[in-house]
Amino acid sequence: MPVIPEEERKYGEKPLLRDDPKFATGKIAFLQYLIVAVFLFLSAGFWKLQVQDQGIYDEAAERNRIKTLPLPAPRGKILDRDGRVIVDNHSSFRLILSRENLKEEHLPAIAAGLHLDLDDLIQRLRRFSSRPRYVPITIKQELTQGELAFVESHRDQETFPEMEVIHAQRRVYPGNNIAAHTIGYIGEVSESELDQADFARYSQGDVLGKTGIERQYNDSLMGVDGQRRVMVDNWGRERQLIDYKPAVPGTNLQLTIDLDLQSVAELAMETRKRGAVVALDPRSGEVLAMVSFPAFDPNLFAGHISNANYKLLTTNPDKPLLNRATMGQLAPGSTFKPIMALAGLETGTVDENTRVVCQGGASFYGTYHKCHLKSGHGTTDLHRALGQSCDVYFYNLGNRLGIDKIAQYAEMAGLGKKTGIDLPYEQEGIVPSTKWKIRTARQKFYAGETISVAIGQGALTVTPLQLAHAIGGLAMGGKWFKPHLVKEATPQPPVRNEKLDPLNVQRVVSGMYGVVNEGGTGYLARLPGIELCGKTGTAQLASNDYIKAHKGDMDLTDNAWFVGFAPRENPEIVVVALLEGGGHGPAAAPIVRDVIKAYFDKKAMKSKTGGAPALAFARPGGF
Amino acid sequence: MASYRSIRDLDWPMLILTLAICAFGVLQIYSSTRDTSWKDKWWQQILYILLGLLLMWVISSIDYHTLLGQVPLLYGLTITTLIATFLIGSKVWGGRRWIPFPMGFRFQVSEFAKLVIVLLVARYLTELRRDRLELKDLLKLVGLVGLPFVLVNRQPDLGTSLTYLPILAVGVFIAGLRWQQVAGIVCILVLLVPAWWYFGSSEYQKKRITSFQDPGQDAKGSGYQVIQSKIAVGSGGMWGKGVTRGLQTQLRFLPVPHTDFIFSTFAEEHGFVGVVVVLGMYFLLLMQIVQNAQTAPDRAGMYICMGVCVLLLFHLLVNVGMVVGLMPVTGIPLPLMSYGGSSMWSVFLMLGLVNNVRLRRFVN
Repeated sequence: MPVIPEEERKYGEKPLLRDDPKFATGKIAFLQYLIVAVFLFLSAGFWKLQVQDQGIYDEAAERNRIKTLPLPAPRGKILDRDGRVIVDNHSSFRLILSRENLKEEHLPAIAAGLHLDLDDLIQRLRRFSSRPRYVPITIKQELTQGELAFVESHRDQETFPEMEVIHAQRRVYPGNNIAAHTIGYIGEVSESELDQADFARYSQGDVLGKTGIERQYNDSLMGVDGQRRVMVDNWGRERQLIDYKPAVPGTNLQLTIDLDLQSVAELAMETRKRGAVVALDPRSGEVLAMVSFPAFDPNLFAGHISNANYKLLTTNPDKPLLNRATMGQLAPGSTFKPIMALAGLETGTVDENTRVVCQGGASFYGTYHKCHLKSGHGTTDLHRALGQSCDVYFYNLGNRLGIDKIAQYAEMAGLGKKTGIDLPYEQEGIVPSTKWKIRTARQKFYAGETISVAIGQGALTVTPLQLAHAIGGLAMGGKWFKPHLVKEATPQPPVRNEKLDPLNVQRVVSGMYGVVNEGGTGYLARLPGIELCGKTGTAQLASNDYIKAHKGDMDLTDNAWFVGFAPRENPEIVVVALLEGGGHGPAAAPIVRDVIKAYFDKKAMKSKTGGAPALAFARPGGF
Repeated sequence: MASYRSIRDLDWPMLILTLAICAFGVLQIYSSTRDTSWKDKWWQQILYILLGLLLMWVISSIDYHTLLGQVPLLYGLTITTLIATFLIGSKVWGGRRWIPFPMGFRFQVSEFAKLVIVLLVARYLTELRRDRLELKDLLKLVGLVGLPFVLVNRQPDLGTSLTYLPILAVGVFIAGLRWQQVAGIVCILVLLVPAWWYFGSSEYQKKRITSFQDPGQDAKGSGYQVIQSKIAVGSGGMWGKGVTRGLQTQLRFLPVPHTDFIFSTFAEEHGFVGVVVVLGMYFLLLMQIVQNAQTAPDRAGMYICMGVCVLLLFHLLVNVGMVVGLMPVTGIPLPLMSYGGSSMWSVFLMLGLVNNVRLRRFVN
């Protein structure tokens, strides 16, 4: 049905024929409907987004632009008794991952950029699944310049918006090993800790003290984290602060430790195998120095300790993580004799004139017990028995006293129970008694066992701290103060104040004076001008027969002890030195001497310079 | 043919709607680029608009029949310059689309090719003088439009090349198709699309299409743009956040807020109400063009008006649809609002053609 004539028609000229544009009216009407449909379609799209789902997109917009950044509270500093810094913080950049916009597939690139192990990172993220998603995760404690640059150039909305750098204070131990066991170390709260009731108030990712002072005073040291909410743009740059809750820094803690004495003790221990030194002020129980050797560097723990380093520390046979001063339980050997002497005098079992003949050993209940001096000490009284450390005298004394009297006085001196020092995991040692034997072994106590206990062997064990505490209180005439590391605001009364005969105390002290100053076993501790009293101790790890049988198998060398205090009247400092495997007791004496000398040197200088801490002890590579 | 037309005969409703939409565009460009390196773009856009009006007046004053007579020349010129674009074109965003000019101007040939294709289709179909399209004529026309389509598609500029197809489609639809032909075209398309997908498309084009179906899959590239655009639109709500208050825009979560995603920032700042007002103006504009088609003096004028109308409709559908996540990201601008000279001028030229047809409606 062709209606249009087949005429040729050229454009550029007037139209020859008026063609009819109306033929398409129906189709144009159809297209009009199409236009209406397209506009309705588009309007519906806007209706859905802007009216129906507005809330969803409002939230999404907010997530885009609002970031919540934690403000980690710096832990309190730890200072020595003169206010010198033992534990400090330093500024660092910490990387946190926000889990709200975290994408799994970004992790390999992020791990590579920050030099992290991918598997570690993934495990870490998994551990955090118990915490709400808005809580970010710290994945690197301290960023290097290069890593910081990586983060800055990749944290825009299109690349890895989950990365965020915050400013934090990182723990630093400027003295490295100094007082490591006393101070302790920090670390992230562990899975197993989180299961315990004590840790209920912490959550995954919290960093807290694990041992030592860091643990004991964690709550006051920790502070309270704050937070900032900021508006950021597409590149993660801050545009506006929305709100701000400042962090409350942890409280600084002043210890009773004297860094000078601590350093002297540390240096003295450095060449030894294993051991401990404890210095107390017997007048108050303040701990002036506490060393356990070998030590570790708490800086290793401050960030995130590597598995390799941790393994090295835990598998070392010398157990560098063990605080020997409060946790090492060893036979005190002859250092127990002053307590024996006091018990003998106080009970009236012996007096200063009681004499025993030592021929190098004696038999009790069918067993021959040797004196450390084969040739024997001859006729000895109490003074000489202490000075020369005559075992036979004390065998007899112990035999006469009986185990329960010994236990009574040992416990009075503070042995066999925790001293209550403000450190975690303190051990109590053992003071054997009939009751103890029944309780632990369900056996009767044999009188023969008393003989070994009388010279500080047998089942008797003490910690170096207990020994310092015990001898210090004895030297104070029966006033035992609770050992403590944090300065007390007001002086505390003694935990035990026993009415002892001052004459008896003087007799024991005089014996201990003899040990050092009258040609006794502790002559190495002698200090000119200072009335240093002390007692050596050589504690066997096993019986002589056992040692002979196992020679070469294991290190069963005797432990060397020395406990000393000064001055003789009104003592100001009591020091215990323990050298595990140190051999003979006198070996430990010079350590005690050095610490006490440092104490009095410093005191003399202080009085000259008017109170300022003068003996600025410089440790190579240290402060 | 120098017949003077009264200023009364201009299509005033169309002109007013056009300028109103342009004004919204300028305002939005100002608002969304306030403190960026693009902050001078709003007044540059005003210059483009003024130049566009000039072009519109020029093209209105030449009788469209004269223009139709020059179609072979215009077509030849377009194909030549498109080929030249391959050789000397400057590379921007991974594609060669621009012919550089002295003084830093660049000229996007593919934009002006739209105009030529509108004229080409109009002339071809008018010359047929039949009520129904024969298969042979259809294939010839498809070939003629297909050549620039392929050239632009290869630049690669999928979005612009796709805009040629609605012009062809509407022409063929009005010219009259047999249902067998419709069925044939559908079959061929069904076969061609997978073929293009596997052999003809670039990785970048594929990515854009797949990320449309699942924006999260490519959250870093074009998927990211769609996600951010939807957030911007959705958070605008009923009344919008106010001019220069759109945080998605101001904090730069939206990329290129003054060009392809301008309607997204507009929707954020003016809300659903603002969207309905502007979409309504576009609707009236298109209806005005349809009315011009209905009152055209001849078939050629009708084809020209409908070609322009459907082309603008396609632009709107694809660009605005992309902003709300209903269409894939193809990178075609929103007519009259998006910043850019080539796009603005080509739209003004096309509206000039429509005006041209209107001015000659009473001529016998």
